[in-house]
Amino acid sequence: MSHTVKLRVFKRFERLWHWSQMALIFTLIFTGFGVYGVHDLISFSDAVTIHTGSALILLVIWAFATFWLFTTGEWRHYIPTRKHFIKVARYYAFGIFKGEHHPYIKTYRRKHNPLQALTYLMVKTVIFPAIWISGIAYLLISFGLGDFLSGIGIGWIALIHTLSAIAIVMFVIAHVYLLTTGHSFVEHVKPMITGYDDVDLTDEELAYLRANEPNTIKE
Amino acid sequence: MKTLMFVSVFIALLLTGGKVIAEDEPKVEMGISEYSHTDQDHIQKTPKESKSTTDHSKLKELQGPFSSGPEVTKACLKCHNKAGHQFMKNKHWTWKHTHPKTGQKLGKGVLINNFCTNAKGNEGMCAQCHAGYNMTDSNFDFSNQENMDCLVCHESTGTYYKTPTTKGNKSCSVMFEGKPPIEWAKVAQSVAMPSRNNCGKCHFYGGGGDNVKHGDLSSVLLNPPKDVDVHMSADGEDFTCVTCHVGEGHEWAGSRYEMLVNDKVGTGKPGMPREVASCESCHSASPHSTNTIAGIKLNNHTKVVACETCHIPEIARGGVATQIDWDWRTMGKLKNGEGFKLKEYTQGDGHHRATYKSIKGTFTYAENLEPMYAWFDGTMRYITIDTKFDPSKGPIDINSFSGSHDDPNSRIYPFKRMHTTMPYDKGNNTLVYMNLWGNDGNALWGTYDFSKAIETGMKKNGIPYSGEWGFIKTYSYWPINHMVAPKKDALECAECHSKAGRLSHLKGFYMPGTGNKLLDIIALLAILGTLGGVLGHATLRKITSSRRKK
Repeated sequence: MSHTVKLRVFKRFERLWHWSQMALIFTLIFTGFGVYGVHDLISFSDAVTIHTGSALILLVIWAFATFWLFTTGEWRHYIPTRKHFIKVARYYAFGIFKGEHHPYIKTYRRKHNPLQALTYLMVKTVIFPAIWISGIAYLLISFGLGDFLSGIGIGWIALIHTLSAIAIVMFVIAHVYLLTTGHSFVEHVKPMITGYDDVDLTDEELAYLRANEPNTIKE
Repeated sequence: MKTLMFVSVFIALLLTGGKVIAEDEPKVEMGISEYSHTDQDHIQKTPKESKSTTDHSKLKELQGPFSSGPEVTKACLKCHNKAGHQFMKNKHWTWKHTHPKTGQKLGKGVLINNFCTNAKGNEGMCAQCHAGYNMTDSNFDFSNQENMDCLVCHESTGTYYKTPTTKGNKSCSVMFEGKPPIEWAKVAQSVAMPSRNNCGKCHFYGGGGDNVKHGDLSSVLLNPPKDVDVHMSADGEDFTCVTCHVGEGHEWAGSRYEMLVNDKVGTGKPGMPREVASCESCHSASPHSTNTIAGIKLNNHTKVVACETCHIPEIARGGVATQIDWDWRTMGKLKNGEGFKLKEYTQGDGHHRATYKSIKGTFTYAENLEPMYAWFDGTMRYITIDTKFDPSKGPIDINSFSGSHDDPNSRIYPFKRMHTTMPYDKGNNTLVYMNLWGNDGNALWGTYDFSKAIETGMKKNGIPYSGEWGFIKTYSYWPINHMVAPKKDALECAECHSKAGRLSHLKGFYMPGTGNKLLDIIALLAILGTLGGVLGHATLRKITSSRRKK
């Protein structure tokens, strides 16, 4: 027997992290494109200053987020799984056009669908590290501390940084688009604002939460 | 030939009482006198109070009477008994320089430039800017200390002048007549540390006129506004030349033969001698504020970009133009058998500059000119009289330099590039020494005959000559160091960090903002691909959902 209830899946820190990250990433994309030479809507000097400043703030947020993920055990949401994977992929490829409902409903232990979880995992373990490692290397060179990087050279570092940025832009486009699928755009965005989303709970989970964390459930 | 112009001051003063009104200057001026058009006043109006422990005017040795320069020099050397030995090694005296890296034998005495071409053999005129007396030809006695000219660098009245050491062609002889006699005792008693007047009399007029040669050294520096030169302006630091070109024992810092693009000695402790005339010698290699990210980034630039590149945004500022093109081919046109000048360029300060001179050809000027930028490691190589070149290979670089983005000792440096069409030895593929000045009937200035001038010039200096001459296009490159602008006028980042920026011709290294064509395509494909995929998916959803509704 399972119960679909409104559960607070995104903690306050997580939401703060998400939205500040969003704002910073948009700032970084805008200023980064300015530095790269795509537009001159902002002076090069300001673009560099804001880009560097935003990046440093984002690094701090990421450090907190990483700490949070591991200390709270939330990292388990991102472990890749085959369960429902094909089903969800099939939905996006075919089912969605036939008016089917999204086959996945969040569970207490898996707040992301398997495709989503894998994407976020790749973002967190490949694309983000690529951009912040290359970014830090770039900053070290800029701050005159990058002599040990002279074998690689700032050109390659910048290339990795730019390629990662392109990957992030692609992610952002897909990420925002997928919010329009399923129920509605608002339905998708709302949980990241309020924290609450529909989650399938087992009897035991429901009982546990009712007993121990009653304020995380809306009934 | 180096500079002659300082003499003009006195002529101009004499003729005009100190003022030449630009509007009164005729467009066509008869005669070949080089100096009547400038009114630059080299007389120091308010000499600074001397802090010297010796008042030279009180010395009995300097009471005179003196009747010549060497007599004054003799008096100087009586007390300054090491000055002669010191100055004997100085380039201003030797006109020789052996480059320590390339081993090339250089110096004014032998080099060919693409202005008046060669001083060698034309000492009768050019040695006005030799810090000595009686250099009439190439056989000057460089061991005779009494021929040293102490006054040209040290006198402070501004009334001292030099004239050509020989007469030259009769049409030239009028140039230097009618000047007041030098009051030797008075100028001798006025000696002081060199002021900008002393240096400027020659160095501001290199190439035969105000700012002609360097582009960053003009008479504007006698009293520049702060936006032209923060260091030399009275509203700025009010530096003289020797504030930066420091040294001891008549040897001082700064050479364009062997430049230091970065200061390895560093800024040193207070009071320590600074023996390098580079920006870093005073400002250090991290001169920008580290309180801002931009400042930190700028400090990081000093490893690859010379200070001058950003801080001298344009050359020939302040109203005095520099020459960028000289065409010798048109030399020798006369009006009624007489040489003339055509003054069709009006520069910023209102003065007309000669666009044509019978004795020199056609000139093109520029002001507020964007420099040329290149990687430079400080070492200049020269085409000398014995260098053979391939004339088919486009303009010949009279001086060339090395430097690269992967050389830690190179910096991106600003240059003025001079383009000149000038005579060369067509048979031997070398440059030529021309006989410009002389009263032998073979001097270019008077006969207007290249054949005679080249033949005589080559023969006189013992250089093999094929007998055939032609014209060749040449470039020369002049590193830019002076006329540092105020901070607010330094180049904006985007002047270089943009697709069509000032450095877009420099390739092979990473510079943000300049674009990367391959990466542009990858990014475009990736982003448009994603957008396309998303839009395709959305369109398909729309179509299928509307079908279902039916």
